[in-house]
Amino acid sequence: MSLWEYANPVKFLALSARVQPFAWGAAALGIAVGLVWGFFATPDDFRQGSTIKIIYIHVPSAWIAINAWIMMLVASLIWLVRRHHVSALAAKAAAPIGLVMTVIGLLTGAIWGQPMWGTWWAWDPRLTSFLILFLFYLGYIALWEAVEDPDTAADLTSVLCLVGSVFALMSRYAVLFWSQGLHQGASLSLDKEENISDVFWVPLVISIAGFTLLFLALVLYRTGTEIALRRSRALSVRLDRNT
Amino acid sequence: MIALLLRDLKLALRAGGGFGLGLAFFLILTVLVPFSVGPQSALLSSIAPGILWLGALLACLLSLDRLLALDFEDGTLDVLATAPLPLEAALAVKGLAHWITTGLPLVLAAPFLGVLLNLPPEGFGWLVISLLLGTPALSMIGTFGAALTVGIKRGGLLMSLLVLPLYVPTLIFGAEAARRGAIGMDAETPLFLLAGISLGSIALLPFAAAAALRMTIR
Repeated sequence: MSLWEYANPVKFLALSARVQPFAWGAAALGIAVGLVWGFFATPDDFRQGSTIKIIYIHVPSAWIAINAWIMMLVASLIWLVRRHHVSALAAKAAAPIGLVMTVIGLLTGAIWGQPMWGTWWAWDPRLTSFLILFLFYLGYIALWEAVEDPDTAADLTSVLCLVGSVFALMSRYAVLFWSQGLHQGASLSLDKEENISDVFWVPLVISIAGFTLLFLALVLYRTGTEIALRRSRALSVRLDRNT
Repeated sequence: MIALLLRDLKLALRAGGGFGLGLAFFLILTVLVPFSVGPQSALLSSIAPGILWLGALLACLLSLDRLLALDFEDGTLDVLATAPLPLEAALAVKGLAHWITTGLPLVLAAPFLGVLLNLPPEGFGWLVISLLLGTPALSMIGTFGAALTVGIKRGGLLMSLLVLPLYVPTLIFGAEAARRGAIGMDAETPLFLLAGISLGSIALLPFAAAAALRMTIR
C-alpha cells in the first residue's frame, strides 16, 4: 500500500469517486458557514465599516491562487520524475481553477480598494505580483492548448511550471524592491503576537477551509474529466484503425 | 562550440535583415515615444531609462523566433541533438550568438538613443552598464522560450506570452538601476541583483532549454 498506487487511473478514479461527495459537501458547508457567519454575524470594522466583509472571499481566493500553483509545481515534478499520467492531468486540471481564483482575488481587491484606498488599482508589490501570477497562469494554459501531442504537452508545461516558479518567486521579491507597499501586511500568521481579531478570524478560517475543499473537489472532478477525455480519444483512434 | 558560434554569427550576418532588424526596431520605438507622450524634455528625461530598457527588451523578443525555428525546420537541431557536443552547450552557444547579434548592438546603440530622449548626462554610464549586465539574461531566457515553443506551428505569439512574464525581474532591476543612475542615486544594489539574475540564467537555463528541446525533437 503506497501513495503511488493511485497513479493508476482506475484506482485514482475509484478513490476520487469515494472522496468527492465528502469534499463537495464539506466545501459547500464550509463556504456557506464561513460566508454567512462572516457577512451577517460579525461586527463592522471600526474604520473600514462593512467593506471588511469582502475579506471572506478575497483572502481564501488568493490563498487558492497561490497554492494551486504550488500544487501544479508538485504535480509537474511527479510527472517529470515518475511519469504518472494522472499527475500531469491533475496539473492541467488545476490551472484554470488557479487562474479564476487569481482573477477573483484581483477583482475583490479592486472592489475593496475603490472605497478604502480611493483607487481600483495601485502598483503595490502584492497586487503586482498577483498580476504577474495571472500572466504565468495564462502562459501555462496557452502552452497546454498549443501542443498537440498530449505527452509532449505535459513535458513542456512541466518544464515551464518549474522555470516559471523560480521566476515568479524572483518577481515576487523584485517588485518589493521596486515599489512601496499599500497593501497591509500579513495578519493571519501563526507566529505573530498581533493578528486580526478572533471575531473575524474564525469565520475567515472556516471560509479558507471551505475554499480549499472546493479546490480539492474541483481538481478531482476535472482530473476525472481529463482522464475520460483521454480515454475517449484513445478509443476513437482504435475505432478509426479498425474500420 | 566555436565553430557553431561562428556559424550562427555568419548566418545572422549574411541572412539579411536579421542583424540590423532588432536595432532598427529599437530606433523606431524610441522615435515613436515622443510622438505618443509629447515632446516635453523634462518628461522625456524622466522616462528615458525605462523606455530604453523596454525597447531593448522588445527588440530582443522580436528576434527570438529566428533563434531556433530555422534550425528546427532544416534539421540542424536534430544533428546538434545527436552530436557529441552536449545539447546544453549548443544552446548556450546559440544564446551567446543571439546576444552578440542582438544584445550587444542594442547596448552600443542605447547611448545614442538616450540623446534623443534627453537622458540626463549622469545616466549614460549606468544605462550602458545595466544593459550590458542585463541583456545576457534576456538572451538566455529567450533561448529557453524558443526551445519551449519551437515545435509549435505559429508559436511566435505564444512565445511572447511565455517569455514576457519571465522577463519581469530582469526588467525591474535593469530599469531601476538605469533610473537610479540617471537621477544620481546609488544604483549598485539593483545592478548586483541584475548581475545575479544574468549569471543564474546563464548557468541554469541552458539545462532547462535543452530538456525542453529534447522533449520536442525526441
